[in-house]
Amino acid sequence: MVSVPNVERAVAASPPSSFRLRMKKRVGPDIDGYGFMLPAIIVMISLVVYPFCLAIWFSVSDAFVGEPASFIGLENFIYILTEDDIFIETIWNTLLFAFWSVLFKVVLGLSCALLLQRILKLRRFFRGSVLLPFVAPTALSTLGWWLILDPTYSHINWVLANMWPFSTFGYGPYNFLGNPTLAMASVIFVNIWRGIPFFIITILAGLMAIPEHLYDAAEIDGASTWRKFRSITLPLLRPVLAIIILFSTIFTLGEFNIIYVLTRGGPMNSTHLFSTYSFMYGILNHEIALGAAVALFLFPILVFIVIFLLRMVRRDTSHEL
Amino acid sequence: MSSNPTTITIGDGQELVVNKVPLWRRRKAAANYIALLPYVFFALFPFYIMFITSIKTDQEINNLGQSPFWATGIATEHYVYLASNTSFFQHWFVNTLIVTVAVTIISVSIGILAAYALARLRFRGVEVFGVAVFITYLIPQTLLFIPLIDVINTIDDYVPIRDTYWSLILTYPTFLIPFVTWLLMGYFKTIPVEVEECAYLDGCSRLGALFRVVLPMAIPGIMCAILFSITLSWNELLYSLVFIQDETAKTISVGVITELIRGDIYYWGSLMAACFIGALPIIMIYGFFMDYFTSGLTAGAIK
Repeated sequence: MVSVPNVERAVAASPPSSFRLRMKKRVGPDIDGYGFMLPAIIVMISLVVYPFCLAIWFSVSDAFVGEPASFIGLENFIYILTEDDIFIETIWNTLLFAFWSVLFKVVLGLSCALLLQRILKLRRFFRGSVLLPFVAPTALSTLGWWLILDPTYSHINWVLANMWPFSTFGYGPYNFLGNPTLAMASVIFVNIWRGIPFFIITILAGLMAIPEHLYDAAEIDGASTWRKFRSITLPLLRPVLAIIILFSTIFTLGEFNIIYVLTRGGPMNSTHLFSTYSFMYGILNHEIALGAAVALFLFPILVFIVIFLLRMVRRDTSHEL
Repeated sequence: MSSNPTTITIGDGQELVVNKVPLWRRRKAAANYIALLPYVFFALFPFYIMFITSIKTDQEINNLGQSPFWATGIATEHYVYLASNTSFFQHWFVNTLIVTVAVTIISVSIGILAAYALARLRFRGVEVFGVAVFITYLIPQTLLFIPLIDVINTIDDYVPIRDTYWSLILTYPTFLIPFVTWLLMGYFKTIPVEVEECAYLDGCSRLGALFRVVLPMAIPGIMCAILFSITLSWNELLYSLVFIQDETAKTISVGVITELIRGDIYYWGSLMAACFIGALPIIMIYGFFMDYFTSGLTAGAIK
């Protein structure tokens, strides 16, 4: 009677502790990993995952500030898609905004990175100054552009009117933020200004990773600069380019600061993006449900891009240079 | 690249003569600098306009015949106005500073722990966590600001955080933790495992190894994470715009946009002075630590 529990105890004690061992087999050798992740998981679940689910709930309810919400199905989505002309315009605006912004950012970012790579003196100065738009507070630097684009005080109009040779053409003055087309062009312009540095710096890093000997070999074969760019630089830069284009697309689609400061979606709702339109519904008009529904339209696009990105990141790491 | 012939001594007294750089090559190099000037001009233009406008008198700003690109003297009236008639220095600047420091400490500490687990430890679900961090990094604030108001109101029933900077300290880590984790994860992976194994052999616990061995080796990566947290919190607009209405609880960006833009006549001088002062701390930090910024930006996107 006495010996049995003793034996059991001895068996249990022989591997350091069998419960721990079993746990290790099930979850891997480093159980404390969960402990390390815990603070991040708590924050992410309570302040990202939960609000996200709440956004989905709002979008299928009739939530309005200060009133109890009830389930109404897809009515909000049907409403904004069929009866809300401004929302349809917002979709087009967002696509237009993202397309032109990203296109110019790639072209200008790539060209600037190629130039920066070639210079030897004053590297820090040149790099530092072209990267500044990215680190400075967007809302504040956009206010600077607001002054530059102001109908009365516009520096551009002043140059067009008073500075030779522009003054001889007789262009202007333009009301940059008062005309729908010009306003769209202006917000795209400022977005490009802010976004180029991200492209420059990542492309520059991509360029550094291209082995020098490829260029040496091409030079021996008598390749021109353009040929070297087309046959070496561009193909080897493609993975980096693809990733930053996707990243930039996500951030451009969600842009808020520049639009809010420059136009607040106007004139005549011609520059609304998902973010500002959602802000208008949810904050200014207190229509939480419609605001959430508008913002959620970003999500499918996001999922699509993220899947694409993850695939690319994985494929990329399998054969590095 | 020197333009004169130079001699370089190599190894055991041998001398190598580096020839003069040919003229065509120097011209080509100069062309690169000239081609870069438009980019530099474009990038710095609004900052220059902010500064030059902020040191003009109102009279000078409103004189539309005069070139807006130069100032005839240095007027401090707008800076004085900011200090004496607005909450800029007294509240907004202080609030932004408090939020930035608090959020940076919180995000970087939590991010270090999570990144270490993701980069080094082996436990079930580690890949899932990694992907989850990546996805939360990419969820834009646009998607979250409306429900977060509700979350803050709920918390406010127990602890008063609505309309105070505490609501920002609570919400900014949502976009900073994923970023910091992602950044540091890449960085921790570059540190050799052997160093840690030595620490364990010497009797270090897991936390001991992290704090005594891994963190000192990861200082550049952590610096970068700190700098990015500072920049992103300092620059944030949407959450602070939505969560805070009380004038004395506002941050710089929101205060400037909502309080300094009044009516139809804009006070450009004080507005630009506020923009310039608001951007200055970040620009200065950036000037000192530029290399960390660039390495972090690269790591965040590529690694």
